[in-house]
Amino acid sequence: MNMSKNLIIKGREVVEDDWQVLRLAEPVDGAPVHDPATVSVPAGKFIVPLSLWLVQREVLSARTAAGEIAVWIASDERPETLKDLLDQFPLIAVDFPKFTDGRGYSIAYNLRTRLGWTGELRAVGDVLRDQLFSMQRVGFDAYSVRSDRDVHDALKGLSDFSETYQASVDQKVPLFRRHARPLPAEVNNDGAGI
Amino acid sequence: MYQYDQYDHLIVRERIAQYRDQVRRRLADELTEAEFVPLRLQNGLYMQRHAYMLRIAVPYGLLASKQMRMFAHIARKYDRGYGHFTTRQNIQFNWVELEQTPDILTDLASVEMHAIQTSGNCIRNTTSDPYAGVAADEIIDPRPYAEVLRQWSTFHPEFIALPRKFKVAINGAVEDRAAIAIHDIGLTVVRNEAGEIGFKFMAGGGMGRTPIIGSVIRDFLPWQHLLTYTEAVMRVYNQHGRRDNKYKARIKILLKALGVEEFTRQVEAEWVDLKDGPETLTIEEMQRVIDYFQPPAYKQLDDSDVVAAQAGNKAFANWVNRNVKPHKQPGYAAVVLSLKKTGVPPGDATAEQMDFMADLADRYSFGELRVTHEQNVVLADVEQSQLFALWQEAKAHGLATPNIGLLTDMICCPGGDFCSLANAKSLPIAAAISERFDNLDFQHDIGEIELNISGCINACGHHHVGSIGVLGVDKDGSEWYQVSIGGAQGNNAAIGKIIGPSFSALQMPEVIDRLLKVYLRERFEDESFADCAQRLGVAPFKEFVYATPIAEKGGRLVGEDEYV
Ligand code: HEM
Ligand code: SF4
Repeated sequence: MNMSKNLIIKGREVVEDDWQVLRLAEPVDGAPVHDPATVSVPAGKFIVPLSLWLVQREVLSARTAAGEIAVWIASDERPETLKDLLDQFPLIAVDFPKFTDGRGYSIAYNLRTRLGWTGELRAVGDVLRDQLFSMQRVGFDAYSVRSDRDVHDALKGLSDFSETYQASVDQKVPLFRRHARPLPAEVNNDGAGI
Repeated sequence: MYQYDQYDHLIVRERIAQYRDQVRRRLADELTEAEFVPLRLQNGLYMQRHAYMLRIAVPYGLLASKQMRMFAHIARKYDRGYGHFTTRQNIQFNWVELEQTPDILTDLASVEMHAIQTSGNCIRNTTSDPYAGVAADEIIDPRPYAEVLRQWSTFHPEFIALPRKFKVAINGAVEDRAAIAIHDIGLTVVRNEAGEIGFKFMAGGGMGRTPIIGSVIRDFLPWQHLLTYTEAVMRVYNQHGRRDNKYKARIKILLKALGVEEFTRQVEAEWVDLKDGPETLTIEEMQRVIDYFQPPAYKQLDDSDVVAAQAGNKAFANWVNRNVKPHKQPGYAAVVLSLKKTGVPPGDATAEQMDFMADLADRYSFGELRVTHEQNVVLADVEQSQLFALWQEAKAHGLATPNIGLLTDMICCPGGDFCSLANAKSLPIAAAISERFDNLDFQHDIGEIELNISGCINACGHHHVGSIGVLGVDKDGSEWYQVSIGGAQGNNAAIGKIIGPSFSALQMPEVIDRLLKVYLRERFEDESFADCAQRLGVAPFKEFVYATPIAEKGGRLVGEDEYV
């Protein structure tokens, strides 16, 4: 198992990180998927599939308590499953199996707003520069950029825009409540009401 | 109309910088084509059969003359001298270079325009009634609500990678001229008994492979909750819409699978946490946006009988009857400039025509124009006394064909001549039918009819809701056309029914002719083709069309091979 440190974005900085993401291999040519109930989590700090953690929570309880086990939520899983369990984890990750699969944005939003998760929320999987701005808006604060891409370059994606119209997790107040937006002088505004 | 303030300008400017860099990275191979595709699509850039095509947003179809002039400039500088107005009230340029697209966006931004979210799996440009603000049957002007939705949906961080495209249409009048029933969300402004404004909220309509008429999920949603309720719908869709099969990914499939009741229950459950939250619209905000849409400075005029004033001028009378629409302000009228001249692809306009339309808008209509989803352009505020002068000018520029609502005012997608998804050409079919039925007296006798043509099942040409719908299909590698009748948009929206086996291109004009013959034989006085087809059903049409073989006349279709 490769234990070298990864570079990830945390907040708005590139930092070293010693978490590894454990994935149960996808079924290939009829070979079975690793069974979440029996796969064993190697030593070290691991972000494991939510499904694995749920069935192995007894086995992993000591390591979870020691802060070396976190979970990642797949895009077709519901974050509500973690409702009363959140305080067990040092971080929660959400997986983007493809950067075009946008379910992770709603999962993050719900984790932050509905479930009240305030700890680290990390995007893992197919995470690329051009998605980071939106990811930060829905509540992510850590990004494990796809390993073939330059993480320093990706950092720039967090600053693509300096204003946004709508509210989300990062900015709870929409533009229209934040700023006075007076009409340009030439617009005639003595007309009808609502 | 709406005007950008510093925030709109800032966001569009930052978007151009972001997109310019994305193009740079693509050209430098720092982005793969697969990674670039969703990024360019969210900026309306498609790869077509021959070249890139750029789709530019015209929010709810409303244009200032300087914006129309900018289209002319883009057509000349970056394209081949013309553009194509679409059923989504946008405009497309078919021959742009990737390298130049950031510069096009910079030019567009100088007149408060962009190409944001005109494509891709995000919330698209909201469409609306082209007669908004002037229609006599209007309950309330839908444009401010469309504008509020535009801003809210622009770069919505949670909904940038939906299962599929998402289209919203809004109508504020008694008659639905925005085809709301065939949109992912269709809104109608209504007043409740207390006189308060709200929306009848429909969801789950759409065309494409599985055409479905939308379902009402709320009879009355107070206007304050427009954004929060839409957000709830979007979140349910984002999480539960199918992603395993692109053809089953639209919200209509989710809604059908869950049933309206269960779908609505989930939306309402999602809404509980959002209701009355920060995105709840305030009176101040709504009034601010409404203030942008104040009526122009109309003169105090009386209605006049312009046709009588030009007694004996049949051509003018025809044009007034077809292309001039009533207006709620006495002494004014709305004028439709027809982009359906025989021999021209429906919706196409040259740079010269665009400049000219901008000119007309400045001189006759307070500098504004609207794009209709039937692919025409409207001047909404013309003084009746100016109609004759306007007509003469428009005629000289090929924009006064008196065919609005008639057979040759057909909707047609670019089809196989441009589109890489096409199964068959559509423009030559449109051209051949136009040519065959060019006779205006005959067209006037047929009356209102919607002929809609799509080159494939994606239904960009709205064929499902045409009185006559033509769909290009592929049979063993050759191009065929399937015909349906009885479709309708608007208040009585319906999906057309297929009449039988498909036809070759060369048979199509005769097929249309036979359908019309049945109608002429069977119709009651004043009965439209649509009503007649609804009443009779497919059987008599089918019987007559297939009764005798249809010769492939002519050997070559008009317009064939012309659009490469
Ligand atoms: C580059 C050319 C185009 C491509 C590749 C394209 C692609 C598509 C696709 C794939 C769909 C089906 C989406 C679905 O059902 O999930 C579709 C639907 C549609 N497109 Fe296009 N299109 C093109 C041009 C146009 C044009 C020129 C118009 C307008 C004239 C248009 C308007 C529409 C409309 C109205 C629909 C139906 C939406 C619905 O199902 O509710 N498209 N298009
Ligand atoms: S209907 Fe098909 S052929 Fe026509 S524009 Fe749409 S995708 Fe292309």
